[in-house]
Amino acid sequence: MRDTIRLRVFRGDASGGEEREYEVKTFPGMVVLDAIHQIQGEQDGTLACRWNCKAAKCGSCSAEINGLPRLMCKSRVEEFYDAAGVIRVHPIKTFPLIKDLVTDVSWNYKVAESIPPLRIREGTPRPLRMDQSDVERAQEFRKCIECFLCQTVCHVLRDHNRTDAYFGPRYMVKIAALDMHPLDSVERRSFLRRSAGVGYCNITKCCQEVCPEHIHITDNAIIPLKERVADEFYDPIRMLVRRLSGRK
Amino acid sequence: MEPYETVKHDVLIIGAGGAGLRAAISVLEAGLDCGIVSKSLLGKAHTVMAEGGAAAALGNMHEPDDWRVHFRDTIVGGAYLNNHRMVEIFAHEAIDRVLELEEYGAVFDRTPEGLIAQRPFGGHTYRRLNHVGDRTGLELIRTLQDRAVSMGPTVHMEWTVTRLLTSDRGVVGAVAYDRSDGRIIVIQAKAVVLATGGWGRMYRYTSNSWESTGDGAAMALEAGADLIDMEMVQFHPTGMLWPPSMRGILVTEAVRGEGGILRNGTGERFMFKPEYMPERYQGKFADSPEEAARWLDDKQNNRRPPELLPRDEVARAIYKEVRAGRGTVHGGVHLDVTHRGAAYIRRKLPSMYEQFMALGSVDITAEPMEVYPTVHYTMGGIHVDADTCQTAVPGLFAAGECAGGLHGANRLGGNSLTDILVFGRRAGLSAVEAASERKHEPISESQVAAEVELLLAPLGRTQGEKPSVIASELQEIMQNNAMIERSHEGLTACLSKLQELKERAGRLSAAGDRRYNPGWHAARDLLFQLRLSEAIVRSALERKESRGAQWRSDYPATDPEWGKVNLTVALRGDELVVTRVPLPPMPEHLQAIMNEGKK
Repeated sequence: MRDTIRLRVFRGDASGGEEREYEVKTFPGMVVLDAIHQIQGEQDGTLACRWNCKAAKCGSCSAEINGLPRLMCKSRVEEFYDAAGVIRVHPIKTFPLIKDLVTDVSWNYKVAESIPPLRIREGTPRPLRMDQSDVERAQEFRKCIECFLCQTVCHVLRDHNRTDAYFGPRYMVKIAALDMHPLDSVERRSFLRRSAGVGYCNITKCCQEVCPEHIHITDNAIIPLKERVADEFYDPIRMLVRRLSGRK
Repeated sequence: MEPYETVKHDVLIIGAGGAGLRAAISVLEAGLDCGIVSKSLLGKAHTVMAEGGAAAALGNMHEPDDWRVHFRDTIVGGAYLNNHRMVEIFAHEAIDRVLELEEYGAVFDRTPEGLIAQRPFGGHTYRRLNHVGDRTGLELIRTLQDRAVSMGPTVHMEWTVTRLLTSDRGVVGAVAYDRSDGRIIVIQAKAVVLATGGWGRMYRYTSNSWESTGDGAAMALEAGADLIDMEMVQFHPTGMLWPPSMRGILVTEAVRGEGGILRNGTGERFMFKPEYMPERYQGKFADSPEEAARWLDDKQNNRRPPELLPRDEVARAIYKEVRAGRGTVHGGVHLDVTHRGAAYIRRKLPSMYEQFMALGSVDITAEPMEVYPTVHYTMGGIHVDADTCQTAVPGLFAAGECAGGLHGANRLGGNSLTDILVFGRRAGLSAVEAASERKHEPISESQVAAEVELLLAPLGRTQGEKPSVIASELQEIMQNNAMIERSHEGLTACLSKLQELKERAGRLSAAGDRRYNPGWHAARDLLFQLRLSEAIVRSALERKESRGAQWRSDYPATDPEWGKVNLTVALRGDELVVTRVPLPPMPEHLQAIMNEGKK
């Protein structure tokens, strides 16, 4: 590893900004978040970033490193610097910029509030019994650390800015976790189609590629949810029944 | 004066980890207006980092576990310094609180019968840690977060509370600033719950995040509450050691719960040495590696390996091995779980596997981990009433890591996740009751003005030291003098250095403006840290014995007389005063439970 590297960090706010270069000393195992901390401690205490656990468990330190959406705490510097020792660090692009590497992700929390919570089937005996094989599907989705990297690469949100129409992969995963809970009794198909906009996903799987928890977002969450919606609303027999009965 | 905004809540909850969120659920269930202040985004609090599980005697593993055994284990593990009434409530109610999480939607790992799976952990007689792989804290915080959010609280994300406002009727509100734009907010409330977590950041090597600066305990102290057991800081036996970037990051005790073996640099399994087996645990652990190996598959007929002694004992043993020159190449010991097989490890310890692979380039299914103790948890904290979580200040309650008393001189692994559920709920219920009897009181402009002046001062100074410089010196002296091994000499030197740092911290300077400025934020945090560091050092000096987490090299014995008192800390003027407070006598029904264990 090089003794020093040059971090080009975006500095600025919603009104604009630019990359600023900082030279930092390296040490074994150094991650990009260490470099940011070194800048804050020794060169510029005003550099803004979010972080908490520094162990890839909280999902706070999301950024775009050399253009790739990553957790800064899980990105070793030697995997990112180029021949000149340069690493570029920018905020995630999909959400409004507050300052430097900090973005306004509050929209995600508003979406979360609108999702119908779990309701355990009435009459289920206590203590609750579930098979390990049945809970594993939900457990995969519950590994999500809400880093919002999937949200920031989702084309619907990033390129088309359709936060009005689609909840994004994070919340498809959340709905899937509820829907695949073995004892849940809530019907969310209509919600999925109308409010959550599951139909907007065109299965490019970009979200799945960036997930630091390796959740199979598209394969295991979104596609099965799309199938459920299709069964309910686009099944020819059900469509006929709906037309005859006048139901929507 | 600086303009400020005012918001009102029936109940204000400061802190949005497990304790704060569980308190909020109780407040919202009562139909009250609940404001939650969170320094970070919602769901990022320290609870998310808890790994191994939540201890509660569900008895799902065909072992004769019940709340009484959990009670006894917690008191013995706490070296008899615990508040027995808190432990009684805790061991009892932990069971319902865990089951309640399932009602809220938590998805624990299952037993073959479909019940919640439980794993062994240090100091627990039976398998008692209800878990989800090694990411139980994430499951817990997300479950509570979803539940609370579905009930409509007001969540003030990325606000920091820096002072409690009081009148002669107790607490009336708090001063906060918004981290993103630096504007000042005065929050009025009829009752306030502190759920602000611990203060490990004042040490160099810690598993704690930037948030663990002890704001809540320091603010409570300044508002007139007292603290208890402040000398008791938990050094978790197994933090990551190498590479340096990862130093201090937690390696879950679940590794040892799943059979992980500790070896020193010479390859010796040192936990079997008789010198590391404390008297109160004699006869309760495997006495040979063969028995420990059999225990993996037959827990009924074999005793646990000594790697599962409580954290204070294991941390000390590792420290002594390394000090005696038997450390690994980087000055730690090895933790080896490879004998459990790759598939098992990846299923039961997935995040440890990922953590070591991604951050340390170590494959834990094929090679041992290198570990060393790391500052992890603060047993001490705000002195509260066991039943109500009431502090000495009317209207002010505290729960979770910021409160003291439950864990005594050493916390057992797994007890913190149920602590925050049991006492988070109780603090919430107490706040509901208090809010019905109290009203919004006028706030003191002079108190607000004093805080605003203190808060903004570093931005106005062009000359002065950066907070990061003093914070780093603080970490150095606490790491060197107030860590595992303590002495009169070291602690006294630390105290005089603390006085110097305190003076210098009165002249801090922060560049930039009020918009999301970490350097400025750190300036206020540092004052809390200095206050609590002094409380730790003064208490550690006063307790002239070794017990639990407190090891005095100049007083190496455990003294029964010291077992009869807790130390409290109060603020008189600007001086911290340490007082010996007798432990309440244990009532007969609890004494009987303790005696059963001696049979």
